[in-house]
Amino acid sequence: MSVTKKLYLYFPKSETEKPIVYKLVKDFDLVINIFRAKVTPEEEGYLSLDVTGEAANIERALAYLSTLEVNIHAGNKGLHWDKERCAHCGACVVHCPTGALAFADQARRQLGFTEDLCVECHACIPACPFGACTSSF
Amino acid sequence: MSKTYQSINEKIAAGKAVVLTAEEVIDYVERKGVAAAAQEVDVVTTATFGPMCSSGCFLNFGHSKPKMRITEAWINDVQAYCGIAAVDVYLGATQLRHNDPANMYHPGEFRYGGGHVIEDLVAGKKVQLFALSYGTDDYPRREIRTMVGLDDLNQAIMVNPRNCYQNYNVAVNLSDKRIYTYMGILKARMRSMTYCSAGQLSPLLNDPLYQTIGLGTSVWLAGAQGLVYAQGTQHASLVERSENGVPMEGAGTLALSGDMKKMLPDFVRGVSFKGYGVSLALGVGIPIPILNAEILKRTAVRDSEIYATVVDYAEDYPQKTGNTLGRFTYAELRSGEVELLGKKVPVTSMSSYNKALTICELLKAEIQAGRFLLSEPSQPLPAAQGMRGLQCVEPQR
Ligand code: SF4
Ligand code: SF4
Repeated sequence: MSVTKKLYLYFPKSETEKPIVYKLVKDFDLVINIFRAKVTPEEEGYLSLDVTGEAANIERALAYLSTLEVNIHAGNKGLHWDKERCAHCGACVVHCPTGALAFADQARRQLGFTEDLCVECHACIPACPFGACTSSF
Repeated sequence: MSKTYQSINEKIAAGKAVVLTAEEVIDYVERKGVAAAAQEVDVVTTATFGPMCSSGCFLNFGHSKPKMRITEAWINDVQAYCGIAAVDVYLGATQLRHNDPANMYHPGEFRYGGGHVIEDLVAGKKVQLFALSYGTDDYPRREIRTMVGLDDLNQAIMVNPRNCYQNYNVAVNLSDKRIYTYMGILKARMRSMTYCSAGQLSPLLNDPLYQTIGLGTSVWLAGAQGLVYAQGTQHASLVERSENGVPMEGAGTLALSGDMKKMLPDFVRGVSFKGYGVSLALGVGIPIPILNAEILKRTAVRDSEIYATVVDYAEDYPQKTGNTLGRFTYAELRSGEVELLGKKVPVTSMSSYNKALTICELLKAEIQAGRFLLSEPSQPLPAAQGMRGLQCVEPQR
């Protein structure tokens, strides 16, 4: 059964030369969906992506990544919703294409962020007047 | 039997007042009927939370040694007005930070400004004061740079010329490109719509004819006990109203004041509107005394009975054409989608119903605990007042 896992990878300078994404596709038969990628002037790299494939292959891919000097974070690090800063106005809701930001509690009009739905399009960042949505990219 | 401010205050002081939020009162009146409910209910708490640009504060820094008569001042690089006494300044919510490129590279980000300084002060952060003067015999000092926090100031009094708009426009953008406004980012060709009101919770929508809210009314201003000190700027009560007396556009406004040292940081928040500027979002709660059945009936108003008017912010609003596109109730708007000009439009909000509801509950608890008494207005708000425009005439020589 194929599963999808969201990953956020940080590569120090020493690892940015390695063909990591190529290996994920070729050696572990994973489908890769990259949301965000960035290489800083110091040549470190950040990569935010979805991998889809056999659960066992994903396990093996993660084991491979852990042999490198790559920091792996499961889940969404590319978009951060600060619950404390959110004023629950809802201004972001029409700008979020996937419903990741939506009213979780309709009666109290309380906003919620469903990390799995976020595709890191960043539309919410300028739309939020309260600075509740930020990204490390 | 009608009640008086005094009789209600006596019940509050004795811890016996029956207090409902503007949301709770809706069902209560439906269950009990207006007449019976009016006997029982003493106070209904109303509230709103949203950007209120006409806000700011007077700050008194105390005197340095030697003394200085400040003529120009920046707080965290945001300029404050100094054309008043020596160490008093007025800091406005929409003032940009020094060197902010504004919309030079459109749309600007406006990350920090007056509203954020006010937020930082209330949150207990130290801010940098930089001030200049020309020096006088009695105030020789010409420059100062220091760090101050709210506790260091003698006074920090919020004085807001216009808060609590009774109702508000609903904004769309009929043009072909997205526009950046104080109603947020409006998508092109009406692919989004923004409203900005707490609807059935909002103070002046629960007292549409200003029967209890007037000059001198005690208000909950971000947690501090403040008051209505004047009619708000642009208060214009002569507008189109529905049968229940509720205006279908802007209408009344309130000028509010309160002590910043007593405010809660959750309800004093700087905001950045991309491409537009900075402002301050504030939470305001106002208790409505249930003096008689009519006043109670008006507080039982619901979102489905309050209309707001849709305006095109690409052309009609900036050009002041007076054209409007349609009307929706807040119940329709809160559903998240409405149909306008044959098109389904996703709807969003700038005002936080969630925070407004929290304020209604906090104020209710304050009143039930006997800590917040009501005050009878010393003057009513103008009931039949229009709004003037500005004529642009040739300057006289
Ligand atoms: S980044 Fe895009 S998908 Fe994710 S929450 Fe923001 S608007 Fe929604
Ligand atoms: S726009 Fe920002 S503050 Fe408003 S609900 Fe969305 S995340 Fe929260």
